[in-house]
Amino acid sequence: MRFRFASALAVLCLFPLRLAGQDTIPTGVRVGLTYDPSTRPGVFITAVAGDLVDSVRAMIARNLDFGDRLTVVNAEAGPPPAGRFNYELYGKLGASAVVQAAMTRQGSLHVAVHDVAAKRVLNVGDFAFNGAADFSPAWRMVVHRASDEVERWITSIRGVAATRILFVRDQRLWIVDSDGANLTPLGVGGIALSPAWHPTGRYVAYAQMADDGTHIVVRDLTTGQSRRLTDLGGSNITPTFSPDGSTLVYSAGDDGTDLYAVSPFGGDAPRRVTFGRGTPTSSPSFSPDGRKIAYISGRPGHPEVYITDADGTNAELLTEAPSGDQPYRANPDWSPDGRAVAFTSQEGPNLQVMVINMRDRRIRQLTGDARNEDPSWAPDGRHVVFTSTRSGAKQLWVLDTESGRTRQLTRGAGAARMAAWSPRMEQP
Amino acid sequence: MHARIRILALSAIALSAVVTTACRKKPEVAPPPTPVAKPFNQDSADAAERAKRAAADAAAKAAAEKAAAEAAARMAAAVSAAKAAFAAPVYFDYDKSDIRDDQKTTLEAKIPVFQANADMRIRVAGHTDNRGSDEYNLALGQRRAAEVKRYLVARGIAEGRIDVVSFGEERPAVAQDNEDAWAKNRRDEFEIIAGANPFKLPR
Repeated sequence: MRFRFASALAVLCLFPLRLAGQDTIPTGVRVGLTYDPSTRPGVFITAVAGDLVDSVRAMIARNLDFGDRLTVVNAEAGPPPAGRFNYELYGKLGASAVVQAAMTRQGSLHVAVHDVAAKRVLNVGDFAFNGAADFSPAWRMVVHRASDEVERWITSIRGVAATRILFVRDQRLWIVDSDGANLTPLGVGGIALSPAWHPTGRYVAYAQMADDGTHIVVRDLTTGQSRRLTDLGGSNITPTFSPDGSTLVYSAGDDGTDLYAVSPFGGDAPRRVTFGRGTPTSSPSFSPDGRKIAYISGRPGHPEVYITDADGTNAELLTEAPSGDQPYRANPDWSPDGRAVAFTSQEGPNLQVMVINMRDRRIRQLTGDARNEDPSWAPDGRHVVFTSTRSGAKQLWVLDTESGRTRQLTRGAGAARMAAWSPRMEQP
Repeated sequence: MHARIRILALSAIALSAVVTTACRKKPEVAPPPTPVAKPFNQDSADAAERAKRAAADAAAKAAAEKAAAEAAARMAAAVSAAKAAFAAPVYFDYDKSDIRDDQKTTLEAKIPVFQANADMRIRVAGHTDNRGSDEYNLALGQRRAAEVKRYLVARGIAEGRIDVVSFGEERPAVAQDNEDAWAKNRRDEFEIIAGANPFKLPR
């Protein structure tokens, strides 16, 4: 502890003036570095003073790397910087920015970001661990939030490290941090499918399958309490929350299925949204303004992606006329910036992840290797998590839709599928 | 005390008398045949005849019991065959929910079972193969179950007797990835959930 304190002090002494001005630099205001989205500026992460040094540095480096907006300069950290901050050296290493972090005596992670070209501190922030034990899930989330802020300071776009992904493995719900750590069963009984996040990140909804039918359950992750939402018999499937969190839309019906809207916390009767006249309908996804819903309808004789106003009017086919002899399009997920809808399409022998631009309706194929399906957007509107068989059994993979870079999120036995990317986790 | 002992003793004597009488009565139940010629040893001949008759009776009884058991077994087999026939799945084409012509015989065979068991209620469960979207398959399975219900209702079965559910691709009949497995997994299953105990065979 004393070592940590002493080291932290040593680091803090490096830029006392900047620290003194810490509160006067508004977060999010860029004072020097110009970020060009078409490049990945180099960022160097110095050794982290204090305990757990390598772990914190490694976590921040991995988070920035996974963010796909910065190139982490791969060089030995050396000792924590002391004396004059050597901007020239970092410049020679290819770094446009330097991240300097330290564990503080007050139980927080102190982070400074330097602009190498301007030779000045770009921004600083203090991220309290609030007593979370080292390496606990809450502790890790604090480091993730710090990484996300660093990404925002440098690129003006906040990272998505402080997020989690809910998914189904062996018909049970699991949750994993966006970096693949902290894999935990959610602990709900029975067969659980199609998990969805409430926009606060506090609640999740899912479909629970039993012998006599499937029901929608809303679970409070804070209290662990679950509540069965529908009691209509038959199939009640594929729940999703509206962006304001006040409405839950799901698919249900005895003869075919249609979309219904209901309050997620009870008190009203389900209101019918679509009228599919006995065709299968499922997998709704709201536009970020809450005005429209994308969903699958089997109305053309095979599944296609439709969009409708949230009140059920103005339904239209979103995905254009089929290519190939077995047209099949499914699992729409509206991007958080509203610009695109990701979906699954039968392309040749396999399903592939596609994205349609909502402005010009141009469709782009994002995957091509093995079977890839069921995309879910990250809150940055850039990454998607999806199910792929490229490593053998179904596992979750993360794709950067800008660069095409992918990484494997889940490993281990049992098919992983039906991923839902959380909103940013604001609280530890 | 003495009185009680006496009563017990008397009871014992009375009981033994009853038992003895009962035992003696037995030969009288089956009267011997009218003697035609004086046999060499009447007693042993009578005993042999009695044994023969007893054996014949036992054989007849055993045969009757066997016949009854066989009939019951045949009935049970017929019931379980009829139940199995009733449970026979109906199969679908890929991504389709309309009932194939070659599956209508299977469905028609279920109608007499509904007629014979007027209180019977069933659950039709729609299933899919695992090729498409997991979520859309839940909706498609529901549609398949609903389509079969519609057919049965059109053939006169009361709507309230048929529940429909979907298991999508979550409960495959054959957990493999090939054409044969997929064809077996695209199905509706039929489960009797009430009102058929005892199960009546259709005429």
